[in-house]
Amino acid sequence: MTPLQGCLLVSALLFAIGFAGAVTRRHAILALVGIELMLNAANLNFIAFWRYGAHPEALTGVMFVIFSIAIAAAEAAVGLALIIAIYRHYKTSNLDEVKDLKG
Amino acid sequence: MSPAFIIIIIAFVTLLAAASAMSLRNLVHSALALTITFAGLAALYLNLDAQFVGFAQILVYVGAVAILIVFAILLTRSGDTPNQAVLAPGWTYGIAIAAVVFTMLGWAVLNSSALPKENSSAPAVTVKNIGDALMSKYVLPLEIIGLLLTAAMIGAVIIALKEPSKTDNAGGKS
Repeated sequence: MTPLQGCLLVSALLFAIGFAGAVTRRHAILALVGIELMLNAANLNFIAFWRYGAHPEALTGVMFVIFSIAIAAAEAAVGLALIIAIYRHYKTSNLDEVKDLKG
Repeated sequence: MSPAFIIIIIAFVTLLAAASAMSLRNLVHSALALTITFAGLAALYLNLDAQFVGFAQILVYVGAVAILIVFAILLTRSGDTPNQAVLAPGWTYGIAIAAVVFTMLGWAVLNSSALPKENSSAPAVTVKNIGDALMSKYVLPLEIIGLLLTAAMIGAVIIALKEPSKTDNAGGKS
């Protein structure tokens, strides 16, 4: 197994863990955390392909990860604000109890 | 110790922390494990010769996102260990789909012929190169990211603002 394949396997496992958490956990914050883990797995893929790829001096992988980190930060801020707003309205952050659109 | 061994240890710790972040019952413990995951990923980036990305990961994820998540946990008063089930009703399907996804990805990674040829020499990329590229070739994406972050910040503040109470709507005290 080459180092690139090792990195890709780690990233695949991280993605699977994040996916399982986002789908199975009841709490809204943990669903968001699962999405963050999936984003991080994608970032690891970009860095691995950049490091072991053909043209590392082109900086494409690094740039993609930098912008992806910025977007993930924006997503986390808006997502957690939504969770706080939902908690204020429904007095719960359990995803199964937030069922009606018209409160 | 050889570098490959160190990377394997870091990857193991990262994956273990990620698994416990997704499976612990207490949300505060989950947030702690998540922080370890982010720090482990930053160490992986540093070992893969991406210094700038590694430090950006520490700054943004370990510094900001983890704090944000802890704040959200405490503001929604979900810091206690819950008594009822923490998993959604159809959780077996979720785990099964995740396992299938991992199997498919692993199979594709181990058997693909499309992977690029190995380039084992460390790329000679400095922070100066990244700054130059950000200010020349990638200046438009950089500006758009700035706009997006501003919009997201204002949007987050407005969304999390207190809902106007009934007395306000009735024309009472503001």
